[in-house]
Amino acid sequence: MSGGRRLTVLRDVSFAVPERDLVAIVGPSGSGKTTLLGLLAGLDRPARGSVTLDGQALGPMSEDDRARLRAEKIGFVFQTFQLISTLTALENVLVPIELQAAPTWTPAAAVAHARDLLDRVGLADRWHHYPAQLSGGEQQRVALARAFANRPKILFADEPTGNLDAETGHAVIDLLVALNREAQTTLVLVTHDPELAGRAHRVIGLAGGRIVSDSAATA
Amino acid sequence: MIAPFALRLALREGRAARRQIGLYAGAISLGVAALVAISAFRADVTDAIHAESRTLMGADVELRSSTEFAGKASALLDSLQRTGVPVSRVTSFTSMALATASGTSRLVDVRAVEGGFPFYGRIETAPAGRWTHLRDGHHALVDPALLVYLGAEIGDTLRLGDAVFIVDAELRRVPGEIGIQAAVGPRVYIAADYVEETNLLQFGSRARYHALLKLPDAAAAEQFVTAHKSLLDGERVRATTAASREEDFREWFAAFTRFLALLGLTALLLGGIATGSAVHVFVRRKLDTVAVLRCLGGTQRTVFAAYLLQAALMGLVGAMVGVVLGLVVQRSLPSVLADFLPLAVQPSLRFEPIAAGLGIGLWVALAFGLLPLLTIRNVAPLRALRRSVEEPRRQRDLARFAAYAAVLGTIVALSVTQAPVPAAGLAFAAGITLTTAVLWMAARGLVAATRRLFPASAPYVVRQGIANLFRPQNQTVSVVLTVGFGVFLLGTLHVVQRNLLDQFAFETSEARPNLVVFDIQPDQVHDVRDRLAAAGAGETSAVPIVPARIAGIGGVPVDELVTDTSGLRRSRWALRREYRNTYRDTLVTSERLIEGAWWTDARPDTLPARISIDQDLAEELHVELGDRITWDVQGVHVETVIASVRQVDWARFETNFFVVFEPTVLERAPQTLVTLAHIADPRQRAEVQRDLVVRHANLSLIDISLVQQVLERLLGSVALAIRFMAVFSIACGAVVLLGAAATSRFQRLRESVLLRTLGARTSQVVRVLAVEYAMLGSLASVLGVVLASIAGWVLVRFFFELRFTLPSVPLLGLAAGTALVTTAIGIFASRDLVRRAPLAVLRDLAD
Repeated sequence: MSGGRRLTVLRDVSFAVPERDLVAIVGPSGSGKTTLLGLLAGLDRPARGSVTLDGQALGPMSEDDRARLRAEKIGFVFQTFQLISTLTALENVLVPIELQAAPTWTPAAAVAHARDLLDRVGLADRWHHYPAQLSGGEQQRVALARAFANRPKILFADEPTGNLDAETGHAVIDLLVALNREAQTTLVLVTHDPELAGRAHRVIGLAGGRIVSDSAATA
Repeated sequence: MIAPFALRLALREGRAARRQIGLYAGAISLGVAALVAISAFRADVTDAIHAESRTLMGADVELRSSTEFAGKASALLDSLQRTGVPVSRVTSFTSMALATASGTSRLVDVRAVEGGFPFYGRIETAPAGRWTHLRDGHHALVDPALLVYLGAEIGDTLRLGDAVFIVDAELRRVPGEIGIQAAVGPRVYIAADYVEETNLLQFGSRARYHALLKLPDAAAAEQFVTAHKSLLDGERVRATTAASREEDFREWFAAFTRFLALLGLTALLLGGIATGSAVHVFVRRKLDTVAVLRCLGGTQRTVFAAYLLQAALMGLVGAMVGVVLGLVVQRSLPSVLADFLPLAVQPSLRFEPIAAGLGIGLWVALAFGLLPLLTIRNVAPLRALRRSVEEPRRQRDLARFAAYAAVLGTIVALSVTQAPVPAAGLAFAAGITLTTAVLWMAARGLVAATRRLFPASAPYVVRQGIANLFRPQNQTVSVVLTVGFGVFLLGTLHVVQRNLLDQFAFETSEARPNLVVFDIQPDQVHDVRDRLAAAGAGETSAVPIVPARIAGIGGVPVDELVTDTSGLRRSRWALRREYRNTYRDTLVTSERLIEGAWWTDARPDTLPARISIDQDLAEELHVELGDRITWDVQGVHVETVIASVRQVDWARFETNFFVVFEPTVLERAPQTLVTLAHIADPRQRAEVQRDLVVRHANLSLIDISLVQQVLERLLGSVALAIRFMAVFSIACGAVVLLGAAATSRFQRLRESVLLRTLGARTSQVVRVLAVEYAMLGSLASVLGVVLASIAGWVLVRFFFELRFTLPSVPLLGLAAGTALVTTAIGIFASRDLVRRAPLAVLRDLAD
């Protein structure tokens, strides 16, 4: 909804992502990329059509059920990092674990796991720092650690390098791809960055709310 | 595991935002401190009184009469004494005390003591131990204030009537009496043996006679009073036991402290509003975090609980600070309020007020914070991906309704429990809700009007400043409300005080009397009049006063009327009291005939005599035109009929009377006279007072300048409490203002940088800020001052029933001052916006 009128942002968008795939969604501003990501992650509900995630249809689920699903199965990386400024790096990484309805971790194990992840992104000795004390690249690395913390089945990344300079962005991409390979997570990312798109197994092009290209279809 | 996460997050977030929490929590602290201090102090005093209830009276039973004990009462006292019961008598009366060395005089309260009073407790003197020597000779023990006023010292001589006493010591503490009494009537203790010599106990002097008994215990005291009730009633003697005195005092004190508690409650509720506003600002800043938490899988409930817990934490911290502050204040209250306390009070640490303070503080913070916190439930997780997400609005949201109900319920519950009586609490709750609602609507209206009506042709700096008031997430209405409330309180207080004092100044101006001489015996009238004239008072007239009691109404004796509960409920006080009536053939300027006719013809000695009665008294007695009242004038019954009803303006400084007789009937009755005089020169006024006292020892004189001092002192202490509230509410406003400035900081930084990048000079940026905050302050000032003028007018015109004048210059000053302070705080809060270089800020923003 916008200005009281229903706007159709996406139309006839239909595709399936197999497990452990790495898909990039590309397209110009306003093509509906972020809207699509929001729908896929269950942050929003489509007016028509359906989204099925790991065999579960998101449409009929309540807002809270979708939240629980996110806590169990989904990881997020944002363009603007979105670390919680009042929590330390370690505490930020712990949030997805602590949000799980049925904790599979003892507190000590959770902390060990989180520190392990911070070690993987190269910030082992910065765990007690607040986001404001970290550079942009460091913040995004903490965000990566957070995204993998709950061992998600699928990871959504929204322009993960959009706010970083080329060099830092490059390092973050390497880390993201490496972590993804290790964790064997499905990864769906929205990006402008041709380098990042190039690392994907499959690239879906959006324009004007429609799929205009799909490397899987043409390959 | 919702709760553990919420709690963990609350604690972690709280740790990082310690300073903000401190600021917001502070808004709750003062109110909690006031309530804790007051209720702990109340318990301290109640305990102290209970532990020493006999000390409060100095005896087990006190018998009190306005005439000398005679007949059966006297016989009873004699028989008691014969059976070995210790009886002490104290006779008290007013008299002029003249310091012979300095020549100054002052109306005092003389107490002539006989026997072992006080049986319990000690009267402390300086130098110490002089009480036991009171009866050794012509000794006087006096209030320190009296010596100061008279310019006398210990060892000087003091003249009371025809006798001369030596000031032997100052009184330090008299158990059961409150110090403020000294301001109204300073006490002078003498031994009863010398009362005769003073010649002061003549006809017309207002003496009270007390007999104090020492009995084995409280039960014996109770038994004594019950056994002799009818005898004492018949003799018009009132009996009080130490226990019932304790009870009376406890009730009075509870009412007094509950009045204070209402002030504390106002502070707490203002703190609640400030907290609500602070939580609103806090929630606004947290919206992104909330969206991220929702993205990461937090349910609405978990995330809401996390922030509710933070608000609770904030309330708890505020309440704890308040409790500590309250305990400190509790320790200082006994000395601050020493003038109002009848005995020494030891503060002690109490669990109950502490627990209540913590609970109430926490609850108020939550109740007021709930409404803004509810926004958190509506945050869309999509917001983490993109900024401009329209949050869905819930229609008919039950939770919002519940939040409003919680605030309202809190106000009502707290008011009812803190108020002296439930009805007063309800009235207070209604009053405060109404006031806030009116202020809120007025603030909204004013802000809306400013937006609509502001000229588009104003200079850029001004337009930008005004526009800033309406930026998203602005706190304009909250700031206008809280600061406006403070201005409103200060303004109303000033308007009322000014009008009261103006009225008094008018009453004490040029032509108005400033000296009252009463207890004049008929044979002294000429001499008094001559002396007053010689001192520059011109022609004065003396008004006769004839003391009388009601003997019956419509032929029914007063004793039957008092005990009659079936018919009209006539006021017991009005039936039993001693009246001071007068007689004359004209109306005076302070009264107006509203029913019947004034007598114009002289009818010597015709009975029933015609009387004119005050409207309010007629209501109390349930009498009307044509009804008959029988008066007991010094033992002689006089039949009267009500010929007219008058409305009397008691506020006017005149000799006013409840009942006026037609002349001739009372002319030969025993009477005293009172006269009002105006003597402009203070020296002459002092001299004539001394001459009159020396010449006629029985006279009582009141210099109005003294009354003025007492009035100013009383008004001053009430005003102090209200002024504290006003300053507090302005401080709350400042908290809201600082919070609002902090929320919009990010946005302001951008704007400031943008303006400066576009070429604006620092001074222009500052001017935009100054316009914004000056406008904010002005809106609050205008709101407060206008409403204060209205409230002041209503109070002065309809409550005090005085002429109203608007003190416009001080009000304008108050308004300007508030606007200035608001501007200063606003600019102070944004000082680094203009100080920092644009590039540094840009780099910060980029990170």
